[in-house]
Amino acid sequence: MILQAISFYAFAAVTVAAAVMVISARNPVHSVLFLILAFFNAAGLFVLMGAEFIAMILVIVYVGAVAVLFLFVVMMLDINFVELRQGFLQYLPIGALVGLVLLAELVLILGSWAIAPDTASRAAAPTPAITETTNTHAIGQVLYTDYIYLFQAAGLILLIAMIGAIVLTLRSREGVKRQRISDQVGRTREESVEVRHVEPGSGV
Amino acid sequence: MVADALWGYLMQDMLSEYLPILIFLGIATGIAIAALVASYIVARQRPDPEKVSAYECGFDAFDDARGQFDVRFYLVAILFIIFDLEIAFLFPWAISLSEIGLFGFWSMMAFLGVLTIGFIYEWKKGALEWE
Repeated sequence: MILQAISFYAFAAVTVAAAVMVISARNPVHSVLFLILAFFNAAGLFVLMGAEFIAMILVIVYVGAVAVLFLFVVMMLDINFVELRQGFLQYLPIGALVGLVLLAELVLILGSWAIAPDTASRAAAPTPAITETTNTHAIGQVLYTDYIYLFQAAGLILLIAMIGAIVLTLRSREGVKRQRISDQVGRTREESVEVRHVEPGSGV
Repeated sequence: MVADALWGYLMQDMLSEYLPILIFLGIATGIAIAALVASYIVARQRPDPEKVSAYECGFDAFDDARGQFDVRFYLVAILFIIFDLEIAFLFPWAISLSEIGLFGFWSMMAFLGVLTIGFIYEWKKGALEWE
């Protein structure tokens, strides 16, 4: 139990420290690397809560893909970040004020939040005990059958994301020579060779 | 009260499977810190302006080392994320396939079919080609 407490405080402390470094690091690439550190520690926190599946998805999707995407975005932007950060401290009080207002609102909402006592008994699919099934198994038992509409909607959203990314970023380039094997093979003798009789003394 | 104790015991059981990973993490962090600290303590350090200045083939560095990336890297990364999420949906499906039956099977096939339409679209559009 003590080990659990120690690892919770270690993961939580590193998560918060890494999150602070994300917004305060000078180099944006370092910011992204600190973000990856924060994701890893959040995954550790999820494991401590017993949510193994979410922890592994966090590592696969967020660390593996989203962080790489952020790195590409950082590398694509042609912005001098040192110049951009000149007025950073100047705006700090306003930013802190907005943050405090948001925090107060969250505290007000969460303070008056109450879960109805019979929520657990009314759930469409009650959460099975951790002895019977694992997280992943429990999700698999309901996601594809009971929640099929939401699942298919997720598929459609992914399709839209795919098409949107292609429409927004794909540019056909001019002047690029590309080998088309089907065109090469499909050439016939008639369209590529021509026999001409040339009169002596005149050009082709 | 009993339920809480039981829950704690079960959690303990699950978390004990993660103990080796925690030990690995501890060892890795320890080695990384030891290597950094030892190089500060053991090695002799006499910095002077010439040693610590940026150096590029005998000249001062001309400009920023950051080169701008092509937007096509971004497209590849987004397509990778989408298929990454697709396999994230496949894991729970694969291990509970024996219980959710034929309906669950075809539900996933429809999902994969929708994404295959997107895959065919990007293939035909030439988004996967790298000239």
